[in-house]
Amino acid sequence: MITIQNLHKYFGDLHVLKGIDLTVAKGEVLSVIGASGSGKSTLLYCINALEAIQDGEIAVDGISVHNPGTDINKLRQRLGMVFQQWNSFPHLTALENVALSPRIVKKKSRAESKEIAMKQLHHVGLGDKINVYPNALSGGQQQRLAIARALAMEPDYMLFDEVTSALDPELVGEVLDTMRLLADEGMTMICVTHEMGFARDVSDRVAYFHEGVIEEIGPPSQIFENQKSEQTKKFLAKVR
Amino acid sequence: MEIKFFTGLQFSDLGFLGEAALKTLMVSGVAIGAGTLLGILFGWILYQGRWVAAASLGLVLDAFRSVPLIIQLVLFFNLFPILGLPLEPFTAGAIVLAFYTSALVASIVQGGIEAVEKPMRRAARSLGMSYWQDMIYVVWPIGLRAVFPSWVGVALSVIKDSALVSVLGYVELLRASQILMTRTQEPFIILSVVGAIYFAISFPLGLYGQHLEKKWSS
Repeated sequence: MITIQNLHKYFGDLHVLKGIDLTVAKGEVLSVIGASGSGKSTLLYCINALEAIQDGEIAVDGISVHNPGTDINKLRQRLGMVFQQWNSFPHLTALENVALSPRIVKKKSRAESKEIAMKQLHHVGLGDKINVYPNALSGGQQQRLAIARALAMEPDYMLFDEVTSALDPELVGEVLDTMRLLADEGMTMICVTHEMGFARDVSDRVAYFHEGVIEEIGPPSQIFENQKSEQTKKFLAKVR
Repeated sequence: MEIKFFTGLQFSDLGFLGEAALKTLMVSGVAIGAGTLLGILFGWILYQGRWVAAASLGLVLDAFRSVPLIIQLVLFFNLFPILGLPLEPFTAGAIVLAFYTSALVASIVQGGIEAVEKPMRRAARSLGMSYWQDMIYVVWPIGLRAVFPSWVGVALSVIKDSALVSVLGYVELLRASQILMTRTQEPFIILSVVGAIYFAISFPLGLYGQHLEKKWSS
């Protein structure tokens, strides 16, 4: 379970997150929607401590993320993250991209890391690309590679930060399909997304971020059909 | 009776030049090796080091880069006897060349680290890699590919600059050619041969650099 209490985040004078309270249960798929600059991506960065926080508390399975005593490298192994930019390691093949962190971070043997990587590449549908370098892969394939790379650490949670935003439209589907697959397998996921169809169909809950606060949160039926907040209604009218 | 002041080139002079070429190789090899290691350390400090360390180191390295090498060599070589610690020409030359190399390599290394964008490094850290794992397995190989051609350029220029160590009396290629020219008065042949030797030393390095670049880009 991820619990966030009264989270405040500043970039200099800019107050980006203004007191976020949020709980994500094991097995839940939460989609986070909202305009650019509403703080939704920043929230993900705070959850695995890629960004420092100024106030509040984030805990993953009871472990305080921003406590200086926490072994953050260990905690991050449980929080897989996929970014808007796929960030494939260009000097490594697809297989090596995925096998690297099990080997060096989890200290698994070469053979075992390779086996894990093979399994995850097949998992995301890249079983025929194992010896290919990233520059020979499409954006959609590289993004699936990034998903496989995160899954290879056998995380308990997956954080997706607008993973389809940098893709050509015809490549969005294959990445969303992979995410659907993970959701069906019961992975706990927080998906910051502009894909309203995905948010509606796959999520258990949807959170609408507006200017650094959670304006409204609830099941997709509430957020997409039966909004309680005028702000939410206005936003959805614009993006549809 | 005719008095001969000059003697012509002899076959054994080639051996003399060969020995000098080895000395050129030695002093450049030591300088490039040590200078690169130091340069990596300095480049990392410039990138990572905060304020005082980076600023003061940057100033020192700027001095190494901008003061003519020949002045650095003469100053350094003459400084130690004054302190009561006379240095061999080779030692003094290698040290000065190494620091000069390190100053050039440091800014290349700094650029190489900066060439690896922040999102890439965040992705590495998000997988649970520590700072050093990120540095070794992600930043190093990607940055190296970005700046390797510049490093080859530095190495090649250090080989040529090693000729300046001759002013300390170290008999490397240039010094050896001067000695031979004084004796034989055959500057054209000797300089051609010496030039060819410099080329023969540098060319394989350039080729190897190209080979690596080609390998990495495919």
